[in-house]
Amino acid sequence: MANPYPSNLMQTPLPSRAFSSLTVRLESVLVLFGLAMAMAILAPNFLSLSNFLNILLATAVIGVLAIAATFVLCSAGLDLSLGSVLAVAGVASGVLCVNLGLPWFLGLLGGLLAGGLLGAVNGLLVARAGIPAFIVTLGMLSVARGLALIIADGKPVYGLPNAITFLGQGRFLGVPMPVWILLVLVVVFHLVLSRTRFGRYTLVIGDNEMAARVTGIDVPAHKIRLYVLSGALAGLAGLLFAARVNAADPTAGVSYELSAITAAVIGGTNLFGGRGTVVGTLIGALIMGILQNGLNLMAVPSFYQQVAIGAILVLAVWLDRVRDRRRL
Amino acid sequence: MSQPLLELRGVTKRFGPVEVLKGVSFSLERGEILGLLGDNGAGKSTLMKIITGVYSLDGGEVVFDGKTVSYPHHNPREARNFGIEMIYQDLALAKQQDVAANIFLGQEPVYRFLGLWPMVDKGKMEEEAQAAISRLGARIPSVKYPVGQLSGGQQQSVAIARALTFGPKLVIMDEPTAALAVREVEHVLELVRELKRQGISVILISHRLPDVFAVTDRILVLRQGTVVADERTAQTSMSNIVAHIVGAH
Repeated sequence: MANPYPSNLMQTPLPSRAFSSLTVRLESVLVLFGLAMAMAILAPNFLSLSNFLNILLATAVIGVLAIAATFVLCSAGLDLSLGSVLAVAGVASGVLCVNLGLPWFLGLLGGLLAGGLLGAVNGLLVARAGIPAFIVTLGMLSVARGLALIIADGKPVYGLPNAITFLGQGRFLGVPMPVWILLVLVVVFHLVLSRTRFGRYTLVIGDNEMAARVTGIDVPAHKIRLYVLSGALAGLAGLLFAARVNAADPTAGVSYELSAITAAVIGGTNLFGGRGTVVGTLIGALIMGILQNGLNLMAVPSFYQQVAIGAILVLAVWLDRVRDRRRL
Repeated sequence: MSQPLLELRGVTKRFGPVEVLKGVSFSLERGEILGLLGDNGAGKSTLMKIITGVYSLDGGEVVFDGKTVSYPHHNPREARNFGIEMIYQDLALAKQQDVAANIFLGQEPVYRFLGLWPMVDKGKMEEEAQAAISRLGARIPSVKYPVGQLSGGQQQSVAIARALTFGPKLVIMDEPTAALAVREVEHVLELVRELKRQGISVILISHRLPDVFAVTDRILVLRQGTVVADERTAQTSMSNIVAHIVGAH
């Protein structure tokens, strides 16, 4: 029997366009270009290569944190400790290199390890002890900040080795190193999220944890890996930040986790899991960066910039909801 | 007659002081469709969870394909390795992911990027997902659609297609028609018949008697943890089965 069903059975009306969980949102691309065009008209000196690189440079640290936020949010998790872990990694590498006189690569490794380790603690508490991610990472927000202050004895560590400051201040082919690092990470992690089993399981766990369980995916182990990744990326962001300002500051990165989550959500990541792209997140971070840069060039006080970014966040999620309602 | 595919011998299960299953015995032939009926709390779910390894049994034996089944790790993969698939009532689908991703969940085809890193082979996955849907005779606008945008019946086909990718010998379906529009019920029942044509046995748990009578070969009624009826569908009647369910016999 080739076709045992009356043909009208399966002809359910469907929307003209389908959005996969892996599609970069068209809206965010349009907002990015619209905003850039508006700034090009309104802000003096906005349209120049050096200003463009400025925007990317200013976006780099938040951008790296936002990649971490994207992965965790896609799995329906949350990492509020990003900014504090950033500070721990920075001072850890500062203390290792400056106070203990270890070679630069050990400082680098130490910073990344510190981030990954704090992430592992987050992951174990979320996945094995079953404590809500909000509580675990809210606790870590405070614990890690305290650790950063303890390790650095409350004051910034100055005089990082040149090899590390090069990562923050150096240029390659005229482009600042943090921009290179951000772009490479975006490409790599975009592919990881959309094209590897690790990325797909991240989305499925955030979409319907039961579906992941019954198909034999080890959900707790996967969640632990996600928080380790998140912590390690925060650690890398901490190294970039310390390298750029040439100081490992234990008070660095306060409330950066909120900017990172904002960038991810503006870029189309579902706050409740199951959908998101790293390129979308980069667009979200750039929207915030362009807004800040343009308003700076127009000499708008920074108080107004905070209002604008908050409004864009709410607007982005509202547009998302309007479209979802039309779709379903 | 060859040995049955599935045979339960005096299976018992208790939760604390409550004896949920009091020695359940039945067998299922290859390619047979068995309807499992019973009122809420009769023990249907517990029985199925024992067969799929979610619960361990307290007494008796489950023999599948000539082997006594045991699930030392309580992992759904173990049942799958025996050739037993369960399709849950809520289908356990990831609604924001596309059809292909759901069908191949947990066993995505990969290739090695630059010979090193394993990447999901999207093209192959979509092709094979389409083939799996076509083999079932199901219709879906595109395997690239997020599952949440499909109708209930189409979602059911995706869940069945996923179950079939593991080459099961037995598929257990929990209330597959309960949440469907009337016009989609017949489609899902046709999918159940298609499984039988492919030589797969089916246990159908349902409260909808007309659906059970439309597709099953045999009907088993559980009541308070014991089998109160085991009858060929063609030789019984709805009123008879209802009487067994409510205990009027």
